[in-house]
Amino acid sequence: MDQLNVKSVDKAYGGVIANHDVSLTVPEGKIVGIIGPNGSGKTTLFNSIVGHHPIDSGEIHFNGKEISSLTIPQIARLGMLRTFQQTHIYGKMTCVQNMQISSDIDANWKRIFNPFSKEVDEMVDELLAFVGLYKKRFLLAGDLSFGQQKLLEFAMALMKKPTILLLDEPTAGVNPTLINGLIDRLRQVNEEKGITLLVIEHNMRVIMNLAEHIYCLANGTMLADGKPDDIQNDQRVIDAYLGN
Amino acid sequence: MITNNKQNMLIWIGLAISAVVPLLLPNYITVLTYIWVMIILALTWDMLGGQTGYTSFGNILFFGVGMYVSAVVQRDMFSSGLDRFERVSEIVVNLNASEYFVSLAVGTLAGAIVAVILAVILGSGILGMRGHYFAICTLGLGHAAAEIASGIDYIGAGSGMVTPIYPGELALSKEAFYYYAFMLFAIVTFFLFRKIYQSQFGLALNAIRDNENKAESMGIHTTQYKIAGWSIAAFFLAIAGAGVGNVIGFIDPVEIAFSGPTFGVWMIVMAILGGKGTIWGPVLGAVILYSAKETFWTYLLGWDKVALGLLIVIIVVYFPKGVLGYFKERKQLSNSILSQKGEG
Repeated sequence: MDQLNVKSVDKAYGGVIANHDVSLTVPEGKIVGIIGPNGSGKTTLFNSIVGHHPIDSGEIHFNGKEISSLTIPQIARLGMLRTFQQTHIYGKMTCVQNMQISSDIDANWKRIFNPFSKEVDEMVDELLAFVGLYKKRFLLAGDLSFGQQKLLEFAMALMKKPTILLLDEPTAGVNPTLINGLIDRLRQVNEEKGITLLVIEHNMRVIMNLAEHIYCLANGTMLADGKPDDIQNDQRVIDAYLGN
Repeated sequence: MITNNKQNMLIWIGLAISAVVPLLLPNYITVLTYIWVMIILALTWDMLGGQTGYTSFGNILFFGVGMYVSAVVQRDMFSSGLDRFERVSEIVVNLNASEYFVSLAVGTLAGAIVAVILAVILGSGILGMRGHYFAICTLGLGHAAAEIASGIDYIGAGSGMVTPIYPGELALSKEAFYYYAFMLFAIVTFFLFRKIYQSQFGLALNAIRDNENKAESMGIHTTQYKIAGWSIAAFFLAIAGAGVGNVIGFIDPVEIAFSGPTFGVWMIVMAILGGKGTIWGPVLGAVILYSAKETFWTYLLGWDKVALGLLIVIIVVYFPKGVLGYFKERKQLSNSILSQKGEG
Protein backbone atom coordinates (compact mmCIF):
# COMPACT_ATOMS: atom_id res chain seq x y z
CA MET A 1 0.00 0.00 0.00
CA ASP A 2 1.18 3.55 -0.70
CA GLN A 3 1.73 5.36 2.55
CA LEU A 4 2.52 8.72 1.03
CA ASN A 5 1.14 9.82 -2.28
CA VAL A 6 2.06 13.17 -3.80
CA LYS A 7 0.04 14.07 -6.89
CA SER A 8 1.19 16.79 -9.31
CA VAL A 9 2.11 19.36 -6.68
CA ASP A 10 2.93 22.92 -7.75
CA LYS A 11 4.67 25.45 -5.55
CA ALA A 12 6.00 28.84 -6.59
CA TYR A 13 7.66 31.57 -4.55
CA GLY A 14 6.55 34.69 -6.35
CA GLY A 15 7.83 34.20 -9.89
CA VAL A 16 10.21 31.39 -9.00
CA ILE A 17 8.71 27.99 -9.70
CA ALA A 18 10.18 25.69 -7.06
CA ASN A 19 8.05 22.63 -7.79
CA HIS A 20 6.06 21.97 -10.93
CA ASP A 21 3.84 18.95 -11.42
CA VAL A 22 5.78 16.85 -8.94
CA SER A 23 4.39 13.40 -8.14
CA LEU A 24 5.81 10.57 -6.12
CA THR A 25 4.65 7.59 -4.12
CA VAL A 26 6.23 6.03 -1.08
CA PRO A 27 5.13 2.47 -0.31
CA GLU A 28 4.82 1.50 3.32
CA GLY A 29 7.95 0.10 4.95
CA LYS A 30 10.29 1.01 2.09
CA ILE A 31 13.23 3.37 1.79
CA VAL A 32 12.78 5.90 -0.99
CA GLY A 33 15.40 8.45 -2.03
CA ILE A 34 15.19 11.88 -3.61
CA ILE A 35 18.22 13.27 -5.42
CA GLY A 36 18.77 16.31 -7.54
CA PRO A 37 21.22 19.17 -8.01
CA ASN A 38 21.22 22.13 -5.61
CA GLY A 39 18.13 24.28 -5.98
CA SER A 40 16.12 21.59 -7.73
CA GLY A 41 13.27 21.86 -5.22
CA LYS A 42 13.86 18.87 -2.92
CA THR A 43 13.52 20.73 0.35
CA THR A 44 10.55 22.71 -0.99
CA LEU A 45 8.85 19.40 -1.66
CA PHE A 46 9.55 18.27 1.92
CA ASN A 47 8.18 21.54 3.25
CA SER A 48 5.04 21.08 1.18
CA ILE A 49 4.51 17.56 2.44
CA VAL A 50 4.89 18.37 6.15
CA GLY A 51 2.64 21.44 5.93
CA HIS A 52 5.30 24.11 6.28
CA HIS A 53 3.63 26.15 3.55
CA PRO A 54 0.44 25.80 1.51
CA ILE A 55 0.82 24.29 -1.96
CA ASP A 56 -0.46 26.08 -5.04
CA SER A 57 -2.13 23.05 -6.56
CA GLY A 58 -2.05 19.27 -6.39
CA GLU A 59 -2.83 16.75 -3.69
CA ILE A 60 -0.88 15.08 -0.91
CA HIS A 61 -2.30 11.92 0.60
CA PHE A 62 -0.96 10.27 3.73
CA ASN A 63 -2.44 6.86 4.48
CA GLY A 64 -5.26 7.79 2.13
CA LYS A 65 -5.99 11.06 3.90
CA GLU A 66 -5.65 14.46 2.20
CA ILE A 67 -3.17 16.42 4.34
CA SER A 68 -2.18 19.41 2.22
CA SER A 69 -4.39 21.76 4.26
CA LEU A 70 -3.26 20.56 7.71
CA THR A 71 -0.77 22.38 9.95
CA ILE A 72 2.70 21.11 10.85
CA PRO A 73 1.77 19.85 14.36
CA GLN A 74 -1.35 18.11 13.01
CA ILE A 75 0.64 16.27 10.37
CA ALA A 76 3.37 15.44 12.87
CA ARG A 77 0.77 13.89 15.14
CA LEU A 78 -0.41 11.66 12.30
CA GLY A 79 2.99 10.01 12.45
CA MET A 80 4.98 11.86 9.80
CA LEU A 81 8.09 13.63 11.03
CA ARG A 82 10.93 15.38 9.28
CA THR A 83 14.50 16.27 10.17
CA PHE A 84 16.24 19.32 8.86
CA GLN A 85 19.25 19.84 6.62
CA GLN A 86 20.66 22.29 9.17
CA THR A 87 20.20 20.60 12.53
CA HIS A 88 17.26 21.80 14.56
CA ILE A 89 17.75 20.90 18.20
CA TYR A 90 17.06 22.67 21.48
CA GLY A 91 20.54 24.04 22.12
CA LYS A 92 20.21 25.22 25.71
CA MET A 93 18.71 21.94 26.90
CA THR A 94 20.56 18.72 27.68
CA CYS A 95 20.37 15.75 25.33
CA VAL A 96 18.07 13.97 27.77
CA GLN A 97 15.74 16.95 27.90
CA ASN A 98 15.79 17.20 24.11
CA MET A 99 14.67 13.59 23.98
CA GLN A 100 12.08 13.85 26.76
CA ILE A 101 10.29 16.78 25.19
CA SER A 102 10.18 14.85 21.92
CA SER A 103 7.98 12.21 23.54
CA ASP A 104 4.27 12.51 22.95
CA ILE A 105 3.46 14.93 25.78
CA ASP A 106 -0.02 15.77 24.56
CA ALA A 107 -1.12 12.14 24.60
CA ASN A 108 -1.44 12.29 28.37
CA TRP A 109 -2.14 15.97 28.89
CA LYS A 110 -3.61 15.44 32.35
CA ARG A 111 -0.09 14.67 33.51
CA ILE A 112 1.36 17.75 31.84
CA PHE A 113 2.39 19.30 35.16
CA ASN A 114 4.12 16.12 36.30
CA PRO A 115 7.67 15.11 35.49
CA PHE A 116 8.23 12.66 32.66
CA SER A 117 7.14 9.10 33.25
CA LYS A 118 9.52 6.23 33.80
CA GLU A 119 8.62 4.70 30.44
CA VAL A 120 9.67 7.91 28.69
CA ASP A 121 12.96 8.00 30.57
CA GLU A 122 13.66 4.37 29.70
CA MET A 123 12.92 5.03 26.05
CA VAL A 124 15.23 8.08 26.16
CA ASP A 125 18.12 6.01 27.51
CA GLU A 126 17.50 3.25 25.02
CA LEU A 127 17.40 5.55 22.00
CA LEU A 128 20.38 7.61 23.13
CA ALA A 129 22.33 4.39 23.44
CA PHE A 130 21.06 3.37 19.99
CA VAL A 131 22.57 6.46 18.35
CA GLY A 132 25.67 6.33 20.55
CA LEU A 133 25.10 9.47 22.57
CA TYR A 134 24.43 7.86 25.95
CA LYS A 135 27.72 9.09 27.42
CA LYS A 136 26.95 12.63 26.42
CA ARG A 137 23.37 12.65 27.63
CA PHE A 138 23.82 15.40 30.25
CA LEU A 139 25.63 17.80 27.92
CA LEU A 140 23.82 20.72 26.38
CA ALA A 141 22.71 19.76 22.89
CA GLY A 142 24.20 23.01 21.56
CA ASP A 143 27.66 21.86 22.68
CA LEU A 144 27.59 18.69 20.57
CA SER A 145 29.39 18.51 17.25
CA PHE A 146 27.34 18.91 14.10
CA GLY A 147 27.33 15.19 13.37
CA GLN A 148 26.28 14.36 16.90
CA GLN A 149 23.49 16.89 16.67
CA LYS A 150 22.26 15.11 13.56
CA LEU A 151 22.23 11.83 15.45
CA LEU A 152 20.39 13.48 18.31
CA GLU A 153 17.81 14.92 15.95
CA PHE A 154 17.33 11.50 14.44
CA ALA A 155 16.84 9.96 17.88
CA MET A 156 14.40 12.74 18.80
CA ALA A 157 12.30 11.90 15.78
CA LEU A 158 12.22 8.25 16.88
CA MET A 159 10.85 9.29 20.30
CA LYS A 160 7.59 10.22 18.59
CA LYS A 161 7.25 6.65 17.21
CA PRO A 162 6.68 7.91 13.67
CA THR A 163 5.44 5.68 10.88
CA ILE A 164 7.33 7.64 8.25
CA LEU A 165 10.45 9.79 8.53
CA LEU A 166 11.42 12.49 6.06
CA LEU A 167 15.17 12.98 6.31
CA ASP A 168 16.71 16.04 4.69
CA GLU A 169 20.35 15.20 3.89
CA PRO A 170 21.02 13.09 6.99
CA THR A 171 24.73 12.70 6.17
CA ALA A 172 25.59 16.26 5.10
CA GLY A 173 28.41 17.58 7.26
CA VAL A 174 28.86 14.29 9.06
CA ASN A 175 32.31 12.71 9.05
CA PRO A 176 32.79 9.47 7.05
CA THR A 177 33.03 7.17 10.09
CA LEU A 178 29.80 8.48 11.51
CA ILE A 179 28.14 8.20 8.09
CA ASN A 180 28.56 4.42 8.06
CA GLY A 181 27.09 4.16 11.53
CA LEU A 182 24.23 6.41 10.51
CA ILE A 183 23.38 4.30 7.45
CA ASP A 184 23.35 1.16 9.56
CA ARG A 185 20.97 2.78 11.99
CA LEU A 186 18.68 4.08 9.27
CA ARG A 187 18.45 0.57 7.87
CA GLN A 188 17.91 -0.83 11.34
CA VAL A 189 14.94 1.41 12.15
CA ASN A 190 13.48 0.61 8.76
CA GLU A 191 13.80 -3.15 9.24
CA GLU A 192 13.17 -3.49 12.96
CA LYS A 193 10.68 -0.73 13.65
CA GLY A 194 9.13 -0.80 10.20
CA ILE A 195 9.50 2.95 9.75
CA THR A 196 9.20 4.14 6.17
CA LEU A 197 12.01 6.48 5.12
CA LEU A 198 11.97 9.22 2.52
CA VAL A 199 15.51 10.52 2.21
CA ILE A 200 16.98 13.53 0.43
CA GLU A 201 20.66 12.85 -0.11
CA HIS A 202 23.56 14.28 -2.06
CA ASN A 203 25.98 11.53 -1.20
CA MET A 204 25.47 9.10 -4.11
CA ARG A 205 27.25 6.21 -2.44
CA VAL A 206 24.90 6.50 0.52
CA ILE A 207 21.66 6.84 -1.40
CA MET A 208 22.46 4.11 -3.93
CA ASN A 209 23.15 1.72 -1.07
CA LEU A 210 20.22 2.71 1.03
CA ALA A 211 17.22 3.37 -1.19
CA GLU A 212 15.15 0.84 -3.05
CA HIS A 213 13.62 3.44 -5.32
CA ILE A 214 14.97 6.84 -6.28
CA TYR A 215 13.34 9.98 -7.63
CA CYS A 216 15.45 12.60 -9.34
CA LEU A 217 14.34 16.24 -9.33
CA ALA A 218 15.80 18.92 -11.59
CA ASN A 219 14.68 22.52 -11.96
CA GLY A 220 11.58 21.81 -9.93
CA THR A 221 10.24 19.00 -12.06
CA MET A 222 10.48 15.23 -11.68
CA LEU A 223 13.16 14.20 -14.12
CA ALA A 224 13.31 10.46 -13.64
CA ASP A 225 12.59 7.70 -11.17
CA GLY A 226 13.56 4.08 -10.88
CA LYS A 227 15.82 1.58 -9.19
CA PRO A 228 19.23 2.86 -8.09
CA ASP A 229 21.01 1.13 -10.99
CA ASP A 230 18.64 2.59 -13.58
CA ILE A 231 18.98 6.08 -12.14
CA GLN A 232 22.77 5.81 -12.07
CA ASN A 233 22.83 5.04 -15.78
CA ASP A 234 20.07 7.43 -16.83
CA GLN A 235 21.55 9.92 -19.27
CA ARG A 236 19.10 12.67 -18.24
CA VAL A 237 20.19 12.39 -14.60
CA ILE A 238 23.84 12.50 -15.51
CA ASP A 239 23.23 15.55 -17.69
CA ALA A 240 21.32 17.30 -14.93
CA TYR A 241 24.20 16.79 -12.51
CA LEU A 242 26.92 17.72 -14.94
CA GLY A 243 25.03 20.76 -16.15
CA ASN A 244 24.40 19.91 -19.79
CA MET B 1 23.14 21.18 40.20
CA ILE B 2 21.88 21.84 43.69
CA THR B 3 19.18 19.33 44.52
CA ASN B 4 15.69 20.32 45.55
CA ASN B 5 16.33 19.06 49.07
CA LYS B 6 19.34 21.30 49.60
CA GLN B 7 17.43 24.17 48.09
CA ASN B 8 14.48 23.52 50.37
CA MET B 9 16.70 23.59 53.44
CA LEU B 10 18.06 26.99 52.43
CA ILE B 11 14.53 28.15 51.77
CA TRP B 12 13.30 27.11 55.23
CA ILE B 13 16.20 28.91 56.91
CA GLY B 14 15.44 32.00 54.85
CA LEU B 15 11.79 31.78 55.73
CA ALA B 16 12.43 31.43 59.43
CA ILE B 17 14.44 34.66 59.26
CA SER B 18 11.78 36.34 57.10
CA ALA B 19 9.07 35.44 59.56
CA VAL B 20 10.91 37.06 62.47
CA VAL B 21 12.35 40.13 60.74
CA PRO B 22 9.17 42.26 60.81
CA LEU B 23 9.01 41.79 64.57
CA LEU B 24 12.59 43.03 64.94
CA LEU B 25 12.36 45.84 62.39
CA PRO B 26 8.75 47.03 62.55
CA ASN B 27 9.59 50.27 60.73
CA TYR B 28 10.73 48.40 57.66
CA ILE B 29 7.70 46.17 57.34
CA THR B 30 6.22 47.87 54.27
CA VAL B 31 9.54 47.83 52.43
CA LEU B 32 9.90 44.15 53.27
CA THR B 33 6.36 43.51 52.03
CA TYR B 34 7.32 45.05 48.72
CA ILE B 35 10.28 42.72 48.40
CA TRP B 36 7.85 39.79 48.43
CA VAL B 37 5.67 41.62 45.90
CA MET B 38 8.68 42.17 43.65
CA ILE B 39 9.63 38.50 43.87
CA ILE B 40 6.15 37.56 42.66
CA LEU B 41 6.27 40.12 39.84
CA ALA B 42 9.66 38.91 38.64
CA LEU B 43 8.70 35.23 38.91
CA THR B 44 5.50 35.68 36.91
CA TRP B 45 7.23 37.74 34.23
CA ASP B 46 9.86 35.05 33.83
CA MET B 47 7.27 32.39 32.91
CA LEU B 48 6.96 33.86 29.43
CA GLY B 49 9.93 36.24 29.36
CA GLY B 50 12.59 33.80 30.55
CA GLN B 51 11.36 30.23 30.23
CA THR B 52 9.61 30.72 26.89
CA GLY B 53 11.80 33.53 25.57
CA TYR B 54 8.84 35.79 24.81
CA THR B 55 9.54 39.28 26.11
CA SER B 56 6.30 40.85 27.24
CA PHE B 57 6.05 44.53 28.08
CA GLY B 58 2.38 44.23 28.82
CA ASN B 59 2.18 42.02 31.92
CA ILE B 60 1.41 45.12 34.00
CA LEU B 61 -2.06 44.84 32.46
CA PHE B 62 -2.88 41.78 34.58
CA PHE B 63 -1.47 43.44 37.67
CA GLY B 64 -3.78 46.44 37.25
CA VAL B 65 -6.80 44.36 36.26
CA GLY B 66 -6.43 42.25 39.39
CA MET B 67 -6.14 45.41 41.45
CA TYR B 68 -9.25 47.05 40.01
CA VAL B 69 -11.50 43.99 39.89
CA SER B 70 -10.67 43.14 43.46
CA ALA B 71 -11.20 46.72 44.64
CA VAL B 72 -14.61 46.90 42.97
CA VAL B 73 -15.73 43.59 44.50
CA GLN B 74 -14.49 44.70 47.91
CA ARG B 75 -16.33 48.00 47.62
CA ASP B 76 -19.65 46.68 46.34
CA MET B 77 -20.00 43.25 47.89
CA PHE B 78 -21.36 44.31 51.27
CA SER B 79 -22.51 47.85 50.65
CA SER B 80 -25.55 49.09 48.77
CA GLY B 81 -25.12 50.41 45.27
CA LEU B 82 -23.30 53.59 44.44
CA ASP B 83 -24.89 56.90 45.17
CA ARG B 84 -24.82 58.42 41.72
CA PHE B 85 -24.15 61.92 43.11
CA GLU B 86 -21.19 60.86 45.14
CA ARG B 87 -17.72 61.12 43.68
CA VAL B 88 -16.46 57.57 43.27
CA SER B 89 -12.91 58.43 44.17
CA GLU B 90 -14.07 59.64 47.58
CA ILE B 91 -16.12 56.60 48.54
CA VAL B 92 -14.58 54.95 51.55
CA VAL B 93 -16.15 51.69 52.63
CA ASN B 94 -16.02 50.58 56.23
CA LEU B 95 -16.36 46.85 56.68
CA ASN B 96 -16.22 44.67 59.76
CA ALA B 97 -13.48 42.07 59.97
CA SER B 98 -15.34 39.12 58.46
CA GLU B 99 -16.80 41.25 55.66
CA TYR B 100 -13.35 42.67 54.96
CA PHE B 101 -11.62 39.33 54.59
CA VAL B 102 -14.44 37.62 52.71
CA SER B 103 -14.65 40.45 50.18
CA LEU B 104 -10.85 40.52 49.92
CA ALA B 105 -10.72 36.80 49.16
CA VAL B 106 -13.61 36.90 46.69
CA GLY B 107 -12.27 40.05 45.05
CA THR B 108 -8.76 38.64 44.68
CA LEU B 109 -10.05 35.45 43.12
CA ALA B 110 -12.35 37.39 40.79
CA GLY B 111 -9.44 39.59 39.74
CA ALA B 112 -7.31 36.53 39.01
CA ILE B 113 -10.05 34.91 36.95
CA VAL B 114 -10.69 38.04 34.91
CA ALA B 115 -6.94 38.34 34.28
CA VAL B 116 -6.76 34.73 33.07
CA ILE B 117 -9.70 35.28 30.71
CA LEU B 118 -7.96 38.38 29.37
CA ALA B 119 -4.70 36.49 28.94
CA VAL B 120 -6.44 33.74 26.96
CA ILE B 121 -8.26 36.20 24.71
CA LEU B 122 -5.25 38.46 24.13
CA GLY B 123 -2.91 35.50 23.86
CA SER B 124 -5.00 33.84 21.17
CA GLY B 125 -4.71 37.08 19.23
CA ILE B 126 -1.06 37.95 19.63
CA LEU B 127 0.84 34.88 20.84
CA GLY B 128 0.74 33.43 17.36
CA MET B 129 3.33 36.10 16.57
CA ARG B 130 6.98 35.26 17.02
CA GLY B 131 9.57 36.90 19.24
CA HIS B 132 10.01 40.59 18.61
CA TYR B 133 6.64 41.04 16.95
CA PHE B 134 4.96 39.84 20.11
CA ALA B 135 7.12 42.15 22.24
CA ILE B 136 6.17 45.18 20.16
CA CYS B 137 2.53 44.19 20.28
CA THR B 138 2.55 44.10 24.09
CA LEU B 139 4.09 47.56 24.38
CA GLY B 140 0.76 49.31 24.17
CA LEU B 141 -1.24 46.99 26.44
CA GLY B 142 -0.55 48.68 29.78
CA HIS B 143 -0.92 52.15 28.35
CA ALA B 144 -4.19 51.30 26.62
CA ALA B 145 -5.55 49.77 29.84
CA ALA B 146 -4.64 52.92 31.79
CA GLU B 147 -6.43 55.08 29.23
CA ILE B 148 -9.52 52.90 29.31
CA ALA B 149 -9.58 52.79 33.11
CA SER B 150 -9.26 56.58 33.19
CA GLY B 151 -12.51 56.81 31.29
CA ILE B 152 -14.72 54.54 33.40
CA ASP B 153 -16.65 56.47 36.06
CA TYR B 154 -17.66 53.32 37.88
CA ILE B 155 -14.07 52.79 39.00
CA GLY B 156 -13.36 56.45 39.67
CA ALA B 157 -12.03 57.24 36.20
CA GLY B 158 -8.86 59.35 36.27
CA SER B 159 -9.14 60.18 39.96
CA GLY B 160 -8.87 56.55 40.97
CA MET B 161 -10.59 54.76 43.83
CA VAL B 162 -10.01 53.90 47.47
CA THR B 163 -9.85 50.36 48.82
CA PRO B 164 -11.80 49.50 52.00
CA ILE B 165 -10.24 50.45 55.31
CA TYR B 166 -8.60 47.63 57.22
CA PRO B 167 -10.77 46.74 60.24
CA GLY B 168 -9.25 48.43 63.26
CA GLU B 169 -10.44 46.03 65.93
CA LEU B 170 -7.98 43.27 65.01
CA ALA B 171 -4.88 42.36 66.96
CA LEU B 172 -2.91 41.83 63.74
CA SER B 173 -1.99 45.16 62.18
CA LYS B 174 -2.68 45.85 58.50
CA GLU B 175 1.04 46.00 57.75
CA ALA B 176 1.74 42.68 59.43
CA PHE B 177 -1.24 41.00 57.77
CA TYR B 178 -0.13 41.98 54.28
CA TYR B 179 3.50 41.20 55.01
CA TYR B 180 2.68 37.62 55.98
CA ALA B 181 0.06 37.28 53.25
CA PHE B 182 2.56 38.28 50.57
CA MET B 183 5.29 36.16 52.11
CA LEU B 184 3.01 33.13 52.02
CA PHE B 185 1.87 33.88 48.50
CA ALA B 186 5.42 34.38 47.23
CA ILE B 187 6.39 31.01 48.71
CA VAL B 188 3.41 29.29 47.12
CA THR B 189 4.22 30.93 43.78
CA PHE B 190 7.87 29.92 44.01
CA PHE B 191 7.17 26.26 44.76
CA LEU B 192 4.40 25.97 42.18
CA PHE B 193 6.52 27.58 39.49
CA ARG B 194 9.45 25.36 40.33
CA LYS B 195 7.21 22.33 40.00
CA ILE B 196 5.91 23.64 36.67
CA TYR B 197 9.44 24.21 35.33
CA GLN B 198 10.48 20.71 36.29
CA SER B 199 7.43 19.21 34.59
CA GLN B 200 6.70 18.31 30.99
CA PHE B 201 4.96 21.66 30.61
CA GLY B 202 8.08 23.54 31.67
CA LEU B 203 10.26 21.65 29.24
CA ALA B 204 7.80 22.43 26.44
CA LEU B 205 8.19 26.14 27.26
CA ASN B 206 11.99 25.76 27.11
CA ALA B 207 11.71 23.95 23.79
CA ILE B 208 9.75 26.90 22.38
CA ARG B 209 12.49 29.23 23.65
CA ASP B 210 15.29 27.21 22.06
CA ASN B 211 13.72 26.41 18.70
CA GLU B 212 10.07 27.07 18.10
CA ASN B 213 10.13 25.75 14.53
CA LYS B 214 11.49 22.45 15.74
CA ALA B 215 8.95 22.23 18.55
CA GLU B 216 6.19 22.78 16.05
CA SER B 217 7.54 20.25 13.60
CA MET B 218 7.65 17.74 16.46
CA GLY B 219 3.92 18.16 16.99
CA ILE B 220 3.92 20.51 19.99
CA HIS B 221 1.05 23.00 19.75
CA THR B 222 3.32 25.90 20.62
CA THR B 223 0.72 28.68 20.67
CA GLN B 224 -1.42 26.80 23.16
CA TYR B 225 1.55 26.32 25.47
CA LYS B 226 2.43 29.99 25.26
CA ILE B 227 -1.15 30.99 26.06
CA ALA B 228 -1.26 28.58 28.99
CA GLY B 229 2.03 29.96 30.32
CA TRP B 230 0.86 33.53 30.03
CA SER B 231 -2.43 32.68 31.74
CA ILE B 232 -0.67 31.10 34.70
CA ALA B 233 1.51 34.21 35.01
CA ALA B 234 -1.59 36.43 34.74
CA PHE B 235 -3.34 34.51 37.51
CA PHE B 236 -0.55 35.02 40.04
CA LEU B 237 0.18 38.55 38.92
CA ALA B 238 -3.46 39.61 39.34
CA ILE B 239 -3.51 38.26 42.89
CA ALA B 240 -0.39 40.29 43.64
CA GLY B 241 -2.08 43.34 42.11
CA ALA B 242 -5.17 42.88 44.29
CA GLY B 243 -2.97 42.79 47.37
CA VAL B 244 -0.87 45.80 46.39
CA GLY B 245 -4.01 47.88 45.84
CA ASN B 246 -4.98 47.18 49.42
CA VAL B 247 -1.51 47.84 50.80
CA ILE B 248 -1.40 51.26 49.16
CA GLY B 249 -5.06 51.92 49.93
CA PHE B 250 -5.57 54.00 46.83
CA ILE B 251 -5.72 53.00 43.18
CA ASP B 252 -4.82 55.32 40.37
CA PRO B 253 -4.93 54.09 36.77
CA VAL B 254 -1.70 55.65 35.52
CA GLU B 255 0.56 55.93 38.56
CA ILE B 256 -0.29 52.70 40.36
CA ALA B 257 -2.46 50.10 38.63
CA PHE B 258 -1.06 50.23 35.08
CA SER B 259 2.20 51.89 35.97
CA GLY B 260 4.51 50.85 33.15
CA PRO B 261 7.53 52.93 34.23
CA THR B 262 7.59 51.45 37.76
CA PHE B 263 6.13 47.97 38.32
CA GLY B 264 5.94 47.24 34.60
CA VAL B 265 9.63 47.86 33.98
CA TRP B 266 10.86 46.59 37.33
CA MET B 267 9.47 43.12 36.82
CA ILE B 268 11.42 42.81 33.56
CA VAL B 269 14.64 44.34 34.90
CA MET B 270 14.56 42.19 38.04
CA ALA B 271 14.12 38.94 36.13
CA ILE B 272 16.92 39.83 33.70
CA LEU B 273 19.27 41.07 36.44
CA GLY B 274 18.90 37.90 38.46
CA GLY B 275 19.05 35.62 35.45
CA LYS B 276 16.02 34.94 33.30
CA GLY B 277 15.00 31.42 32.59
CA THR B 278 16.01 30.23 36.06
CA ILE B 279 13.81 29.84 39.12
CA TRP B 280 16.17 31.61 41.52
CA GLY B 281 17.17 34.39 39.14
CA PRO B 282 13.98 36.45 39.47
CA VAL B 283 14.02 35.99 43.25
CA LEU B 284 17.61 37.19 43.46
CA GLY B 285 17.00 40.03 41.01
CA ALA B 286 13.98 41.22 42.96
CA VAL B 287 15.87 41.30 46.24
CA ILE B 288 18.90 43.05 44.72
CA LEU B 289 17.01 45.64 42.71
CA TYR B 290 14.46 46.53 45.35
CA SER B 291 17.01 46.72 48.17
CA ALA B 292 19.25 48.87 45.99
CA LYS B 293 16.35 51.10 45.01
CA GLU B 294 15.33 51.67 48.64
CA THR B 295 18.91 52.22 49.77
CA PHE B 296 19.64 54.71 47.02
CA TRP B 297 16.39 56.49 47.73
CA THR B 298 17.26 56.80 51.40
CA TYR B 299 20.89 57.87 51.10
CA LEU B 300 21.20 59.42 47.65
CA LEU B 301 17.92 61.23 47.24
CA GLY B 302 18.04 63.22 44.05
CA TRP B 303 20.69 60.94 42.60
CA ASP B 304 18.89 57.70 43.41
CA LYS B 305 17.64 57.06 39.86
CA VAL B 306 21.13 57.73 38.49
CA ALA B 307 22.65 55.27 40.94
CA LEU B 308 20.02 52.66 40.09
CA GLY B 309 20.67 53.16 36.38
CA LEU B 310 24.39 52.78 36.97
CA LEU B 311 23.84 49.55 38.87
CA ILE B 312 21.75 48.17 36.02
CA VAL B 313 24.41 49.15 33.48
CA ILE B 314 27.14 47.48 35.54
CA ILE B 315 25.17 44.27 35.84
CA VAL B 316 24.23 44.23 32.16
CA VAL B 317 27.85 44.76 31.12
CA TYR B 318 29.48 42.29 33.50
CA PHE B 319 26.63 39.80 33.87
CA PRO B 320 24.73 39.95 30.56
CA LYS B 321 22.91 36.74 31.40
CA GLY B 322 22.06 37.90 34.90
CA VAL B 323 23.82 37.12 38.14
CA LEU B 324 22.61 33.54 38.21
CA GLY B 325 22.96 33.00 34.47
CA TYR B 326 26.64 33.91 34.87
CA PHE B 327 27.27 31.19 37.42
CA LYS B 328 25.14 28.68 35.58
CA GLU B 329 27.14 29.20 32.41
CA ARG B 330 30.46 28.80 34.21
CA LYS B 331 29.24 25.58 35.73
CA GLN B 332 28.13 24.18 32.39
CA LEU B 333 31.45 25.16 30.83
CA SER B 334 33.39 23.27 33.46
CA ASN B 335 31.01 20.32 33.08
CA SER B 336 31.62 20.06 29.36
CA ILE B 337 35.39 20.42 29.80
CA LEU B 338 35.35 17.66 32.40
CA SER B 339 33.38 15.31 30.19
CA GLN B 340 35.68 15.92 27.24
CA LYS B 341 38.68 15.12 29.41
CA GLY B 342 36.98 11.99 30.63
CA GLU B 343 36.50 10.87 27.08
CA GLY B 344 40.06 11.55 25.89
